Amino acid sequence: MAENQNDAAQVVEKQFDSTLDSVDEAENLILNIAGQTGFTEDDLHRLGMAVREAMVNAVVHGNRYNLRKKVHLTVASEPTALRITILDEGEGFEPQELPDPLAEENLLRQSGRGLLLIQAFVDEFQMRKAEPPLGTKVMMAIHRNPESEAGGPTE
Amino acid sequence: MSVKLTTRQVGDVTVIDANGRITLGEGSSTFRESIKDLTAFGNKKILLNLGDVTYIDSSGIGEMVSAFTSVTNQGGQLKLLNLTKRVKDLLQITKLYTVFEVFDDEAAAVRSFS
Repeated sequence: MAENQNDAAQVVEKQFDSTLDSVDEAENLILNIAGQTGFTEDDLHRLGMAVREAMVNAVVHGNRYNLRKKVHLTVASEPTALRITILDEGEGFEPQELPDPLAEENLLRQSGRGLLLIQAFVDEFQMRKAEPPLGTKVMMAIHRNPESEAGGPTE
Repeated sequence: MSVKLTTRQVGDVTVIDANGRITLGEGSSTFRESIKDLTAFGNKKILLNLGDVTYIDSSGIGEMVSAFTSVTNQGGQLKLLNLTKRVKDLLQITKLYTVFEVFDDEAAAVRSFS
């Protein structure tokens, strides 16, 4: 796991191993950053959920637990939003090929709801196949409530 | 903290009191094993109390759906009790609120089992 912190740009970059422990570590990292920069408890829940789902996708479906492959996470703390990018080293996939989890015939499927939840919990979401050898790139952002202490540390 | 499951009998209904997080890994596998054990012992009326569940991810939802299907296929019923707002939101986003029978009152839930 490698870390590169750029205070001036308020950007944190970190690489994670392809393990389930990394999912918890990434979630905790994001919650720590967001918690120090004025996000509400509800925002933190939404962020944690979205990052968790994206990390699970990267570790399980993207890198398939391959320990030679990493998950690359970037967090940019901006005045109006927290932007998160999660990039795996898997084969990538076309999102439109996934079954619709809200279709009647898919409601009782055990899996396939992760992307739906991410989109429901963040304010901005984009996903695309990255340039080889990288796999899937997920970009998401959650906006700051203008009434919260944007950019300022909290207790 | 992973999920902790405690079972108790109310008449012929098995109530599972869940506490903690149902997420990919230990939480979801604990949940899956517990449901398997209950159905293996012939428990067909299962009420899952989620009042103390702080967090469920998509894997946890998947386990709940799998449990629902498994119990239903064996001629049983699995219903939900005491959803927190966050869990209720999750079920609404995933359209599963229409699949599960959901109760806020344990006595009413127990009575609802045929």
